[in-house]
Amino acid sequence: MNLRRLYAVLIKEFRQMRRDRMTLAMIIGIPIMQLILFGYAINLNLRHLPAAIADEAGTSASRQMVMDMLATGVIDPVADARTPEDLMELIRRGEISVGVAVPFDYERRLAVGDQAVQILVDGSDTVVQSAAAQLAQMPIALPPPENNVLLPDRQKSIPLPQGTVSVVSFYNPQRVSAINIVPGLIGIILTMTMVMFTAVAIVRERERGNMELLIATPVSSAELMIGKVVPYGLIGLVQTSLILLLGTLLFQVPIRGSLLDVYIAAVLLILANLAMGLLISTRAQSQFQAMQMTFFVFLPSILLSGFMFPFDGMPKAAQWLAEILPLTHFLRLIRGVMLRGAGIFELWPDLLALLVFIALMMTFAILRFRKRLD
Amino acid sequence: MTETGRGSTSDIAIRARGLSKAFGSLKAVDDVDLTVAHRKIYGFLGPNGSGKSTSIRMLCGLLTPTAGEIEVLGFSIPAEAEALRQHIGYMTQQFSLFTDLSVRENLEFLAAVQNMSRRAARERIEELIEEYHFSGRADQLAGTMSGGQKQRLALAGAVIHKPELLFLDEPTSAVDPESRRDFWEKLFELTDGGTTILVSTHYMDEAERCHKLAILDRGRLVADGSPAELTGGLEGRTLLVETDQQRSAKRAIVSVPGVISAAQIGNSLRVLGEPERDCSEDIRCALKSAGIRGTVSTIEPSLEDVFVAVTQKQPARDGGETGR
Repeated sequence: MNLRRLYAVLIKEFRQMRRDRMTLAMIIGIPIMQLILFGYAINLNLRHLPAAIADEAGTSASRQMVMDMLATGVIDPVADARTPEDLMELIRRGEISVGVAVPFDYERRLAVGDQAVQILVDGSDTVVQSAAAQLAQMPIALPPPENNVLLPDRQKSIPLPQGTVSVVSFYNPQRVSAINIVPGLIGIILTMTMVMFTAVAIVRERERGNMELLIATPVSSAELMIGKVVPYGLIGLVQTSLILLLGTLLFQVPIRGSLLDVYIAAVLLILANLAMGLLISTRAQSQFQAMQMTFFVFLPSILLSGFMFPFDGMPKAAQWLAEILPLTHFLRLIRGVMLRGAGIFELWPDLLALLVFIALMMTFAILRFRKRLD
Repeated sequence: MTETGRGSTSDIAIRARGLSKAFGSLKAVDDVDLTVAHRKIYGFLGPNGSGKSTSIRMLCGLLTPTAGEIEVLGFSIPAEAEALRQHIGYMTQQFSLFTDLSVRENLEFLAAVQNMSRRAARERIEELIEEYHFSGRADQLAGTMSGGQKQRLALAGAVIHKPELLFLDEPTSAVDPESRRDFWEKLFELTDGGTTILVSTHYMDEAERCHKLAILDRGRLVADGSPAELTGGLEGRTLLVETDQQRSAKRAIVSVPGVISAAQIGNSLRVLGEPERDCSEDIRCALKSAGIRGTVSTIEPSLEDVFVAVTQKQPARDGGETGR
């Protein structure tokens, strides 16, 4: 390792990067775009679900309860119904996705702590289910002993969580998606850009013939690789900072743990992804192939890491696969640090998993990167 | 960096024995023996796919030979390829400097990876910018330059560390004739300065400028020697037929026994005959019986004739590609 040569490779990379407007635009543009898309547009907490209410009690207490329910904004009454049977019919026809049935003995049931309200949901849509679960957790504004709510749904019979305090929303009481999404988004963006940039950058040099020139000079593989990785690593940190900054400004995302821990987690994910990009670059024959291979990493990362779907809900095989992906471990780290205020070393299993991944990928990449053309 | 490698005592820069390279079942280079003397321009002449680039890449240690022994500047290749690197300059066939860096930035980068000190690099870069006519263009991006300029820049980059040995892989394939002439002037200046040059080409006029030549065909070395030696071997076998009916004359001539090829050059035909056999009389008869008027005279053999003669001698070629 010769520092002068390494420095020359670094300078060269920065100069090339400065002139590559498209990549620069991607570096800044993708985080901003994704943050805004995920933060505003893709709201997993549905609001204004079409609903109908069959209030058979018709007392002031039941009307009060219905008004409270409407005030949450989760449901909008769009149809009339008198009986639970009407509600089921409406759901079957697809006119409403949520039905609220208040029995005629509502107040008596409340008083004895019996199931007082039924919420019927269209079980074919998982998102609606979770929205209904949200409704079910609404504390009913009545003093009486217990406010038990019957959780649906006789026909589809998928039980929703019971009780007024949900464990899921404990760290996100307002159920704002952005809070959950922003930390994960750091991981998604780093996975998407870091793997692709490094893989493409190296393959491009090979395609343009630069590599043939480089390997005929005394510059070493390690110098070339580190010279490539460091500038892109810095870009990753810029992206991380950008998302953190916008996340706190636009969505008031809390950073409950230490900022240093957040960056440690980010650096680890960046290294893991760069190493993977290097490995891809040693296999890919063209820039296009490099992009395709990136997608083989990117798609499972998005789908299996726990960013889109809860990790615990996945089948065992998918969970094992997810354990291989660096993003899974990063998500656990970053959510732990940012949302729960955990120290990064308390989450050592994921820390260790990332380190092992980096070591393995780097080893493979360096072993495969030959200063030869054959 | 002008001190020689281990082989400074010897007069031989490159020695290869039985050099071979197979890609799968394709023999790109097949049992080639080479000896290149110091301070000379050694040429590889051959058509595309004849194994020129593959040979050069093996000699600089970029490709591992399937078989054979190579010694370059006293280093055994590929084992000591890494140690050889700072003694050689390599100019690839395709422009391989960075198109998104300026002239100066490219040279700065190359100087650094060639282990030149900052001060030495600065002086050398100024010198090269001057010498290779980049004054006033030093900050232009390499990608925006013309073919001739790119090629000059590539050469400047290849010699930045004053290598003893320079490998040039078809350096002039993308430039105009004037740039080619200038380029060869530079090569002769370099050999005057003590550099050994191995250059591949498919241009006959370039091959003629080399001190020594190897003609490659389908991976095999089919002839080598100085241009004069090579053409001298064909003395008496080349004829010029001047006629105004070249197409039909050519048809008549190629069927004459002993004629290897007849190629149309402008208003005349250039005919190559088999060794030890004067076919000028037979040609005159053939033309006469075909009713074509023309004169037949002997002519100095050229490298192109040598090329045709040696490549057609290959048994594998029988029946194929006559009259190239």
